[in-house]
Amino acid sequence: MTTLKRILLAEDNENDVELTMTALGEHHLANEVVVVRDGAEAWDFLCHEGAFADRNGGNPAVVLLDLKMPKVDGLELLRRMRQDPRFRTVPVVVLTSSREESDIVQSYRLGVNAFVVKPVAFEEFMQAVRNLGLFWAVLNEPPPDKLQSSSLA
Amino acid sequence: MKAPRTTIRRKLVKAMMLTSTTVLLLMGALFVGHDVVSFRRLLVQALVTRANILAANSTAALAFQNRDDASQVLDALKTDPRMIAAALYDEKGTLFATYPPAAEPGTVPPESGPTGYRFEKSDLVVSQPVAEDGRRVGAIYLKSDLHELDDRVRVDAMVVLFAVLGSIGVAFALSTWLQRRIAQPVLALAKVVRSVSDHKDYSIRSKAVGDDEVGVLAEAFDEMLSEIQMRDKEIRLLNTDLERRVIARTAEFEAANKELEAFSYSVSHDLRAPLRHIDGFVELLTKHAGSSLDEKGQRHLATISSAARKMGTLIDDLLAFSRMGRTEMRKIAVNLAALAEEVVQDLQVDAKDRRVEWKLGQLPTVQGDPAMLRLVLENLFSNAIKYSGPREAARIEIDAQPQNGEIVVSVRDNGVGFDPTYAHKLFGVFQRLHGPAEFEGTGIGLANVRRIVSRHGGRTWAEGAIGQGATFYFSLPR
Repeated sequence: MTTLKRILLAEDNENDVELTMTALGEHHLANEVVVVRDGAEAWDFLCHEGAFADRNGGNPAVVLLDLKMPKVDGLELLRRMRQDPRFRTVPVVVLTSSREESDIVQSYRLGVNAFVVKPVAFEEFMQAVRNLGLFWAVLNEPPPDKLQSSSLA
Repeated sequence: MKAPRTTIRRKLVKAMMLTSTTVLLLMGALFVGHDVVSFRRLLVQALVTRANILAANSTAALAFQNRDDASQVLDALKTDPRMIAAALYDEKGTLFATYPPAAEPGTVPPESGPTGYRFEKSDLVVSQPVAEDGRRVGAIYLKSDLHELDDRVRVDAMVVLFAVLGSIGVAFALSTWLQRRIAQPVLALAKVVRSVSDHKDYSIRSKAVGDDEVGVLAEAFDEMLSEIQMRDKEIRLLNTDLERRVIARTAEFEAANKELEAFSYSVSHDLRAPLRHIDGFVELLTKHAGSSLDEKGQRHLATISSAARKMGTLIDDLLAFSRMGRTEMRKIAVNLAALAEEVVQDLQVDAKDRRVEWKLGQLPTVQGDPAMLRLVLENLFSNAIKYSGPREAARIEIDAQPQNGEIVVSVRDNGVGFDPTYAHKLFGVFQRLHGPAEFEGTGIGLANVRRIVSRHGGRTWAEGAIGQGATFYFSLPR
């Protein structure tokens, strides 16, 4: 049996983490969700550094990325990932409260795979997160790790 | 500055030459005329004197009727080549003696004529009485040619001609010298003027001196240049200052705009997050503990939830409104008729359960941002549908009229209308004339309409009365 890839959730807000986890949990997604509180931690996870130096497994199936985070923010993390051959093809979905056009434009310029504005209404929010989890972690076929490290280097 | 067609030098010389030549010629003519007249008088006088002398000498001959003596007296005239003929007449006036002695008949008159002198063709004729002791004893007749006068006239003309020619030469030399003195300052001034006008250099001065009008002109010109230079400097200073201020102001505006953007960003991001949390956790609470709450408790939870959602909508609207003022506008030709048709189609889908009679008039093509103008029409049309809700059939008329260089678009409905007292509040942000229980909405639509239209350089206004429908207008420059 192939091990299911993890979902990396980069979100600094406790409440949002709880709501997002609830939404993902309600759909009984078998994927492990790793929560990091800022861009720096997310980068450590991706690179197997710092607190994640000993983690096993490859790249996550998808990175759910909040834009406004302490230390390294979402756009900065996205830029770093897209400049690094190892993470260039890892799917990244921006999940944010911002509907600012500049944020949307810049995210797509940097190579985001999807941009989702968190709906205020809880039901819609639950639906959105559920759909995201289902699509990116289950339906979508992520690029193989080998491709990411070798042929694009 | 174009070059003059003629020079002031040439004009001055011409004027002086014309004046002096005319004066000289007039003077010459006067001189010749006067000389001829006085010379003629002299000739007459000389001939009369000679006639008188001859008359005195011939009294004896006449008294004694001695023709030989008389001829002898007259013969004395041969020493003068000018004398052509002469004659003596006796007391009765008959010819007594002639000169030359064998004068052909007709050379002298056969009888004595009246006393006096007269000019005959090229001759001068004098007749004088011969008297002795106051008694007339005969008459004498003398005829002299006028060669002398002709010679005199010729000499006079030559003198005048040489005098005029010489004077013209002198006048030319003088006028050339004089015009330089007059023209020099004028030319210098002209050069300065041209230089100033060509190079826009107001620091040049004519420095021309003179006690005449040209000197005054040059001085005035220099003063004017000083004034212009000063003002030019002032204008430059003002311009530089203005530019600096514009730059500073622009920087201020840019900073303010950045601040505003940062503000709306944080509103967008930070204000919505807690709302989402309120709604999310209320929902979770309802799920977990809903059954243990009484009806009142459950209603409170529902109220919290709906309030949070309402605030979310308000924030979204406000952000959209602020974005509307900031997003760049592109101006292209927009076919209002086609745009209105599209909007009506879209709204028709949402209002399937309503009976709406649309009446679209002739709408022109205008210059504007199609997406923004679409929003204007959407807002106005959906308002018209919304506020004609209580009517069985909504009747919405859209029309456009050219007016004072503008296109005025009107959207008329047969809805509930409004109290004209509050017409000025219609286009304000979050201003509503109806409660949420009557008509839903946040009150941002017309504010957006006003903002878009004013960004297009137009105006917005409305007419209406309670229960009698409303007409909303907006104008766009043509």
